[in-house]
Amino acid sequence: MYKYNAFDAAFLAERNAQFRAQVGRRIDGSLTEDEFKPLRLMNGVYLQLHAYMLRVAIPYGTLNSAQMRALALLAEKWDKGYGHFTTRQNIQYNWPKLNDIPDMLDALGEVGLHAIQTSGNTIRNTTADHFAGAAADELTDPRPYAELIRQWSTDHPEFQFLGRKFKIGITGSPNDRAVVKAHDVGLRMVEQNGEIGFEVIVGGGLGRTPMVGKVICDFLPQADLLPYLEAVLSVYNVLGRRDNKYKARIKITVQENGIEKIRDLVEARFAERRREFDGTDQALLAEIKTHFTPPALRTGNTDAYQAAYDADPVFRAWADTNLAEHRNSAHAIVTISIKAHGATPGDASAAQMRAMADLAEELGYDELRISHQQNVILPHVHKSDLPALHARLKEQGLATANIGLISDIIACPGMDYCALATARSIPVAQEIASRFDDLKLEHDIGHLQIKISGCINACGHHHVAHIGILGLDRAGVENYQITLGGDATETAAIGKRTGPGFAYDEIVPAVERLIEAYLTLRSDAEETFLETYRRLGMEPFKTVLYPEAQKKVA
Amino acid sequence: MARPFTPKVITANDLLEGDVIYFMADDSWTRDLAQAELIEDEAEAQLRLLAAEKQNIRIVGAYLADAKAGPSGPEPVHFREDFRRKGPSNYSHGKQEAEAHV
Repeated sequence: MYKYNAFDAAFLAERNAQFRAQVGRRIDGSLTEDEFKPLRLMNGVYLQLHAYMLRVAIPYGTLNSAQMRALALLAEKWDKGYGHFTTRQNIQYNWPKLNDIPDMLDALGEVGLHAIQTSGNTIRNTTADHFAGAAADELTDPRPYAELIRQWSTDHPEFQFLGRKFKIGITGSPNDRAVVKAHDVGLRMVEQNGEIGFEVIVGGGLGRTPMVGKVICDFLPQADLLPYLEAVLSVYNVLGRRDNKYKARIKITVQENGIEKIRDLVEARFAERRREFDGTDQALLAEIKTHFTPPALRTGNTDAYQAAYDADPVFRAWADTNLAEHRNSAHAIVTISIKAHGATPGDASAAQMRAMADLAEELGYDELRISHQQNVILPHVHKSDLPALHARLKEQGLATANIGLISDIIACPGMDYCALATARSIPVAQEIASRFDDLKLEHDIGHLQIKISGCINACGHHHVAHIGILGLDRAGVENYQITLGGDATETAAIGKRTGPGFAYDEIVPAVERLIEAYLTLRSDAEETFLETYRRLGMEPFKTVLYPEAQKKVA
Repeated sequence: MARPFTPKVITANDLLEGDVIYFMADDSWTRDLAQAELIEDEAEAQLRLLAAEKQNIRIVGAYLADAKAGPSGPEPVHFREDFRRKGPSNYSHGKQEAEAHV
């Protein structure tokens, strides 16, 4: 993975020193809050309901063990002993003190991590497929390009004051695990005539106006990535609306102007921009790529794995749900669920973070990933090590076998923490997970994604959930709307609202009715919830959600 | 027709801790909503907000929040203010944690 060079380290140290001075000037009264707020946001510092929040970027979701230990140190030394992994592959600390934040940033800097541009109207952390570099279906590792984008976009003078935030997602696989179609720019690596390049998707996004991105360029040569991104951003920077915050994202710019006009403008700008690139970016990319050389995977038989799989039903259940296919058949990609039933989705304690760091170092070639689904991944584990790994995960409460199942819920922090939220998300997720664990139904239900947002901004990705839940404030009371049929993969789709919302104490029973209906309606045990919904449509699910309305009609 | 004025408290966050604070009648701040000044008059509320904002060197984001009189002092009207008063529901952190230590 990428290692900071002298320039990177000096840049970050200087930036942290600047922020330390800015914090000092806010505290001594030299800066007003209006002056300080944009400065703190550029460094990932929010003020939430109960406290400050520090959002640390995990670039393209990749960490090594030293970095994970630094995240644990921050949790323990300056927070309440835990961190919250987010849907944008970041980590948030919910309780830092303003005075401590410069020290936290310095500690992060020592391991090559930062909080720069994790907020504000800038280019945010580029998110990537969490199986990047390991997946069997991957064309090529997208992370060197994501690192190139990180270096290019960090402190880029032209793009520090965009009309609104700007999010880029990248995947190197045909199976999209990075939700690239719901990003301002999505990059999907594709092969054409033996050459690998990018399909560029623009104008996707969730929030109050959810949209699936549109293809603006079906094949962009790799070498043109940065000039093309500059062209897209510069067109957006000029054309994007600044009169209305809710119409400022590029998805609205694309919708209002049409993809054809945007494409023409981008192409014209691209012709100009490309001339300004003298090959330095490609030399840099070549250097970055040397940091992403795949680990030398060890050989050896996998008999221990097979023996444990045959003998231990608990291990087998975990292996069936939490392992994914690695490009090397003797290895597996391990997803560690940080969604124990009834726990807060995405929260890991300092002890758990250290345990995962140790496992990565000892058994996982020192690599970890954070997924947008708020889990932790060990991308390369030899199968013979899996029984030992599973045993050690169990000791830390990290062996929950629920990846892709009903309790593997994405939930934003919601009204429990977030100043923007209109309702709580976390307790709804906790109750759904606990309920279906009690019913012992989740393996029978099979693949199902529930995603919960506590406001219209949709950090919890509810629009692209099979069952999406949106928490709103209806006349001073929490109220939850349900959407069905969303899809976060390469066949991305926005879910449809079922009808009126449900009160806080009605939402879990409503989900239960949906699941009961699905179990009755599915053609066989292999048909997933989403497939059943696509086959039968909304009506049978509405019938069980709103029995009173059905009675009135009858 | 304008909506009738409902009683308010002034609340903000502490600059250093980030913790929720409330403005008291003596122009100082408390972490306990029950100690806050309940303002019943609209014009007075605006004046009191200006007085609170004079202390912007130590506080962040003062605003008027709906409140009602309770047996031991002001109480929240909206659930958002109730969470601000207590802390999150997934852990016993925030003000509820501090109270547990008393």
